[in-house]
Amino acid sequence: MIIKAKNISKKFMREYVLDHISFNLKSGDRVALMGPNGAGKTTLVRAILGFYKLDGGSLEVFGKNPIKSRVEVLGGISFIPQLPPPIKLNIEELLKYVSKSSGIPKEAIVKEAKKMDLNLKANLNKPFFKLSGGMKQKLLIAIALSKKSKLLIFDEPTANLDPKGRKQFYELLSGINRECSTIYITHRLDEIEGLINRKIYMELGKIVEDERL
Amino acid sequence: MKNLALIAYLDIKESLRSKWFYVYSFVFGGLMALFFITGVSDAVVMGFTGLSRMLLIFIQITIIILPIFILITTVKSIAGDRESHILEYMLSFPVSLKSYYWGKMAGRFVTVFLPVFFALLMGVIFGLIKGGSLPWGLILLYTVLIFALCFTFLGIAFFISSVVKSTDIALGSSFSVWILLLAFIDIALIGLMLQNRLDDKIILALAMLNPIEVFRIGAISLFDPELTVIGPVAYYLLDSLGRNLLIIYAVVYPVAVGGVFALFGYIAFKKRDLL
Repeated sequence: MIIKAKNISKKFMREYVLDHISFNLKSGDRVALMGPNGAGKTTLVRAILGFYKLDGGSLEVFGKNPIKSRVEVLGGISFIPQLPPPIKLNIEELLKYVSKSSGIPKEAIVKEAKKMDLNLKANLNKPFFKLSGGMKQKLLIAIALSKKSKLLIFDEPTANLDPKGRKQFYELLSGINRECSTIYITHRLDEIEGLINRKIYMELGKIVEDERL
Repeated sequence: MKNLALIAYLDIKESLRSKWFYVYSFVFGGLMALFFITGVSDAVVMGFTGLSRMLLIFIQITIIILPIFILITTVKSIAGDRESHILEYMLSFPVSLKSYYWGKMAGRFVTVFLPVFFALLMGVIFGLIKGGSLPWGLILLYTVLIFALCFTFLGIAFFISSVVKSTDIALGSSFSVWILLLAFIDIALIGLMLQNRLDDKIILALAMLNPIEVFRIGAISLFDPELTVIGPVAYYLLDSLGRNLLIIYAVVYPVAVGGVFALFGYIAFKKRDLL
């Protein structure tokens, strides 16, 4: 089991943002996590990544508590945020951080980036925040895919990409291991329809629909 | 440990490119240069001249500006990264919170301590070129005191940065801490309290608890206690505790304060929601 969530809840300002949710994610599950703004999708993902302490219930990722065993849990997860953060490190430094912390060879990231027409070697001294929106997103995607994680979490990963970039991204995704589990937070189901085998719909902190395709 | 060193190294690299670092280095380096241009080291006003006089003036100014520089540049470290979602991304990699927090602090310590230390060295070199004698004891004491002061305010800044979630509140808190501690130095509020005949013990306790005042007393302790610059509380403490004990206290206490705040900051960082 990749994720085992039992009755988990999280409150912000006395309001439930995750309202006693239970769900399991098995190896090979590729889920589209959908719902309106404020439904709790990002909170759920952040709880999986160990950023939030839960107010109730139990959450296990790879059989471990994501807060107590954050290094082991995060070693198996690749995450792409909705908007690339304004990281001030230059590309070389960012690659060093990723490479040393996650054990990914830099060449693997460079190779993955090349598949999306991103030449990292020509931009190594450029601060990450000075790259164009599309370049930033491609780099984050390249990092996530080269990590070869058991669980990929994408929060609107194509928000900054042009149509060609999106196409390249989806082509890359279709090539990843079928055993790998994926969570896509998305509002554009049509774009990822061929990539998913499960659909979870959230509303007001609850899972209101969980459908296998 | 491997990741802690990596994070410290990357924080140093990032700081070396930041505008705040250039302003910070320029202020302290420029201050020393200004002393030479204006001939501070040659003036005889309070009974001591040359390099010692210049270093004393440098340290007196450092007392005022170093804390606020450290606070406002460091307080954004975690709070700012949290607000801009940098923390969310960087902590999505398998790095322990211990490595991240202490690595950031170690990196930041290097970038706040070295410019002030180099400015001090610059003063010493200029002084030697001008033919002055080398006050080894003073240089060593000031180096250790600057180290202690940097550590104190770095610890306080990391605590604020961890506890507070928005950069604006973090900056506001930094200013409040700075103003409060500055108000309670010998020449300010404490002088006023003495005039109003407040209980001596309270005044002395306040002085001994304030790391800026402790730093100030430590910094001037090598000079003649009769000097007017010293202030009544500092004079009393020097007279009753003795120079050596005061110097040890002036180093150990601020380091302990910084350490305790940094530790509480780490606990808050670890125990609370990261975002």
